[in-house]
Amino acid sequence: MGDVRLMKGNEVIAEAAIRCGCDGYFGYPITPQSEVLETLAIRRPWEETGMVVLQAESETASINMLYGAASTGKKVMTSSSSPGISLMAEGISYLAGAELPCLIVNVQRGGPGLGTIQPSQADYFQTCKGGGHGDYKLIVLAPASVQEMYDFVELGFELAFKYKNPAIILSDGVIGQMMEKVELGEYKPRWTAEQIQEISGSWACLGKAGRERHISTSLELDPYGMEKNNLRFQAKYREMEAKEVRYEMFDCEDAEYILVAFGSSARICQKTVEIARSKGLKVGLLRPITLFPFPTPIIRELAGTVKGFLSVEMNAGQMVEDVRLAVNGKVPVEHFGRYGGVIHTPEEVFDALKQKLIGE
Amino acid sequence: MDVKDIIKPENLVYQKSHVLTDNVMHYCPGCSHGVIHKLVAEVIEELNIQDKTIGVSPVGCSVLAYNYIDIDWIEAAHGRAPAIATGVVRVNPDKYVFTYQGDGDLASIGAGEILHACNRGENIVVIFVNNAIYGMTGGQMAPTTLVGQKTATTPYGRDVNLNGYPMKITELIAQLPGTSYVTRQSVQTPAAVRKCKKAILKAFENVGNKKGTSFVEVVSTCNSGWKVDAVEANCWMEKNMFPYYPLGDMKDSEKESPESFK
Repeated sequence: MGDVRLMKGNEVIAEAAIRCGCDGYFGYPITPQSEVLETLAIRRPWEETGMVVLQAESETASINMLYGAASTGKKVMTSSSSPGISLMAEGISYLAGAELPCLIVNVQRGGPGLGTIQPSQADYFQTCKGGGHGDYKLIVLAPASVQEMYDFVELGFELAFKYKNPAIILSDGVIGQMMEKVELGEYKPRWTAEQIQEISGSWACLGKAGRERHISTSLELDPYGMEKNNLRFQAKYREMEAKEVRYEMFDCEDAEYILVAFGSSARICQKTVEIARSKGLKVGLLRPITLFPFPTPIIRELAGTVKGFLSVEMNAGQMVEDVRLAVNGKVPVEHFGRYGGVIHTPEEVFDALKQKLIGE
Repeated sequence: MDVKDIIKPENLVYQKSHVLTDNVMHYCPGCSHGVIHKLVAEVIEELNIQDKTIGVSPVGCSVLAYNYIDIDWIEAAHGRAPAIATGVVRVNPDKYVFTYQGDGDLASIGAGEILHACNRGENIVVIFVNNAIYGMTGGQMAPTTLVGQKTATTPYGRDVNLNGYPMKITELIAQLPGTSYVTRQSVQTPAAVRKCKKAILKAFENVGNKKGTSFVEVVSTCNSGWKVDAVEANCWMEKNMFPYYPLGDMKDSEKESPESFK
């Protein structure tokens, strides 16, 4: 094994950024994710890899700093928690509209409003269905462990540059705050000017020299031109749906009932599956890793063989809508979850499964 | 002597900057933007920095500035240009980065971003075009609209009890240690144009010398928004705006390079 450490999820985001060759981080303090910026400030990567770290005056400023830096083809990121992501919504829409690759991390807390600082998954709609204005999609990665917090930083950048689209890690206060074993990868150097030229030279704003000027914008006043842009975006999103769906299954082979859960809720549901199996009930777990693109095809397939699905989320029922769309009425789909910052227990999930689906 | 004998390269005393495109500007006749664009383009050409200059355009009439000045551009969300410029320059410290913003963009919705970018002493140029009105949306009150000035949203004149006072944001910015050069100019006469060009030149030179933020306000006209003709707009500006927004340098410090506090 390589470099194995015991680290907090938020610290690992910072470590992963440095090690994967990130060029810049712009962020603003907010609980429960402030350790990302704090860890970077302690690590001083500008002395080690040349990575820039800047505390912005607001989340609105962070996301726009990201927009500026991303427009030059650099690997840049920000992180925040729910209310801060709401403030960033404007900038995220612009980033998607200008087709700029970048990475955003949301360590979710309970809402709405100022809400609570306890963990939540209530930003599923905001992250997967919009948040900002206009028809756009983010590449959404949902980590369920500290290791995935590490791995998804590099994966997020990879997908963001592959599709010229912002990627977001939709984490929560549980994953962000808990300490867990994590294997850190090798240091990868930041891209050189030549590499940036090769990867993003056709669009990056690095100074007009011997070519047409580059304009990083989401503006197109001609509606037919804007429709064309939207068609291009939609084609890209369909391609993501065809190629980038990621999920994990536990005990689904013979399952009669399937729990669908992401992030920390999926960890809780793993225990619920154990409880159910110990009582002779054939229960499995499907964990979407990408929330967009959503694992619709596998859920559709499973709907032909199981008796029902329970979507278990730390919210009042958001992902359940996508599960229902995938199942399309074939079998019952129910939701269970605690919310407002309360975390459900495996036993509560098991009880809900029995009450809502199995009928005991 | 025929006129053709005079029009020869060796007799050329002035020409359109190569950094200006041939696109027909959408600005109203009489608007100051065209002149200010020309000055920015000339300065970029004279400093030979076209290949390392990145402009950040605002939301407002100059949202389409990228159609006219032939450099790489980033089009900002309303008010956010200084944050975008910060992002660009932080990861590309060798570039000449400038924002071009109007009064609504800079002094209203973007007041936070401009103050903090200037306070951090970001190594950028800010061109602030103050015509005391929102032009693009159809002549509404701006933070810099004068007391008593009629606009679409102050049809009886700006009332301080309702709308507060015209904001002297450039004076505020001059107080911030991050700024090295803060000046207020205008472009209504050839003499003023020449002075303004000198100020813009100095601001871009400061970026090359890593002196922190250089801020050039240009008190400007909006004859369409003010609902007067172009000549009358210039007169109105001189009579009403100059006393409240006096021209001249507010700050020109030869401060230490920001390198020293890295």
